Amino acid sequence: MNEVLATSPGTQTAVARKRDIGEVLLQVDNISLRFGGVQALAQVSFDIRKGEIRAIIGPNGAGKSSMLNVINGFYQPQEGSLIWKGRRLRKMRPHFAAKEGIARTFQNIALFKGMSTLDNIMTGRILKMRASFLEQAFYLGRARREELENRAFVERIIDFLEIQHIRHVPVGKLPYGLQKRVELARALAMEPELLLLDEPMAGMNLEEKEDMVRFILDVNEEYGTTIALIEHDMSVVMDISDRVVVLDYGRVLADGTPDEVRNDPAVIEAYLGVQHD
Amino acid sequence: MIYRETGQFRTSYAADQAIFPIRQDRIGIAVILLIAFVVIPATASQYWLETIMLPFLIYGLAAVGLNLLTGYAGQLSLGTGGFMATGAFAAYKLATAFPELHIVVVLLLAGLITAGVGILFGLPSLRIKGFYLAVATLAAQFFLLWLYNRVPWFTNYSASGVISAPPRAIFGEVYVTGFEAKPLAKYFFVLSAVALLALLAKNMVRLKIGRAWMAIRDMDIAAEIIGIRPLTTKLSAFAISSFYCGIAGALWAFAYTGSVEALAFDINVSFRVLFMIIIGGLGSILGSFLGAGFIVLLPIFLNNALLSLGLAEAVALASHIEFMIMGALIIFFLIVEPHGLNRLWQIGKEKLRRWPFPY
Repeated sequence: MNEVLATSPGTQTAVARKRDIGEVLLQVDNISLRFGGVQALAQVSFDIRKGEIRAIIGPNGAGKSSMLNVINGFYQPQEGSLIWKGRRLRKMRPHFAAKEGIARTFQNIALFKGMSTLDNIMTGRILKMRASFLEQAFYLGRARREELENRAFVERIIDFLEIQHIRHVPVGKLPYGLQKRVELARALAMEPELLLLDEPMAGMNLEEKEDMVRFILDVNEEYGTTIALIEHDMSVVMDISDRVVVLDYGRVLADGTPDEVRNDPAVIEAYLGVQHD
Repeated sequence: MIYRETGQFRTSYAADQAIFPIRQDRIGIAVILLIAFVVIPATASQYWLETIMLPFLIYGLAAVGLNLLTGYAGQLSLGTGGFMATGAFAAYKLATAFPELHIVVVLLLAGLITAGVGILFGLPSLRIKGFYLAVATLAAQFFLLWLYNRVPWFTNYSASGVISAPPRAIFGEVYVTGFEAKPLAKYFFVLSAVALLALLAKNMVRLKIGRAWMAIRDMDIAAEIIGIRPLTTKLSAFAISSFYCGIAGALWAFAYTGSVEALAFDINVSFRVLFMIIIGGLGSILGSFLGAGFIVLLPIFLNNALLSLGLAEAVALASHIEFMIMGALIIFFLIVEPHGLNRLWQIGKEKLRRWPFPY
């Protein structure tokens, strides 16, 4: 087992990447979130450092997706706050999060089904476009220039994720694995500083998973994007993440490197459920 | 000419992002414009121009307007008639209050006023969706008609509640409204306005603003995460859609009928325009015109066909049969292709593209 880990490319890059991990990008500070009587998150605190791959794991209903929804401003927690780049935010809003470079993919694919792959990814560039609707209506000046510049940018992402062949295909017609990839492309088009991935490998076969892992590592390495991901596939999580935070019933159960988490008795008991030796 | 892209290499993003990237499409548009601007005026009779082409074009424009809102931005609206009435009455008030204003300026201002009214009635769209929003826009339809019907200021205190378009020239002595307006002048005026506005709509829906509308339509949560503001995006759709409907209404009153009362824009108009975009194809500019053609032109052809079959004596019977055939055709087309005539056209193009090797 250890030999396999040592030679897998994921582990090697993880070792190489550790040097780039910098200051705290986002501090989740004592967040509590309730829906009526249901306590989704209870005094959750952890941080995400620049350049790292941070995994959030936990059993179903542990509050992982709720945590992401709090981070990009979709849910407003009753208590606690987020500290984004050293600034304490009383409230995070989706629009502000998008402007600050927090991008996100969804557990159930949330693509724009009626639009082509290209248009979906171009939509991710919307905050970079300034042209007024009149310029757009006449396709003049800034509208034309921005359209072409952003098209060129989007084409680089299309090349990067190897989806050239489906550029003009409506995303509703694409198979599941490719849809996931288009969603990642759309998030990357926002040039995010922090990329939140909600189960990027759910429902994929081994080959698709390997592709996705490769893309996640490449994004992290080439663009230096900080990544926070929720994933159920433990081998993937342990392989690619720098640090792991474990949630259970809305509380932080453990927080540390994959090895620390793997050997944490509380995690083993509550989550993995098998005895390591 | 076979519709095939083979051999057409687009070597720059500018070429690939052009409004009509495929050569056959460009030729097609040129042919349609040529027919509309040259062939029809040269061959069509006065009856054709005035009673068939004008309502077709104006309904087409209103359908484009509604399609921007419903087909692209996904906001179901039954207020089209009310917005068209707003355009008509705004244009009338402007034209009579400021006689020196040019007709084009009057139309643009009427459109802008309607856009403002549209924004006002679009405000509920932030909170309510789908059928519930349709009911809210129905309120706009009834309230606006009631307003223009009951408040005499809007009709300049005319006893009958009818407004008559004052004569206005586009330039020199070429009148496009009023009694002196020649059918040909009216036709060219309406056609130019409709063609220009349709082109602008086509540009908008394929660029940033159109993508924002479609994003809100397809998945509003994801759109918000990307940084699209739901409120401003929905309101911009209401504003621009109402602008189009307002100009359509003003053209209806000024260029087509010449005089009109508020009830001419009742709920039936809203439904007619909605049927047009459903049959023509939601989320398609071309579909708007196909739908308008289907709803406006087909009854006329059916009627003429029935009359020529020797039903001239039984006019009532002919019109009943016409209704029945129309209803059957609508059902037929919706079963064959629920996404509208435009989708049929797209499938046809796709087939042509692969012909003769359809694998």
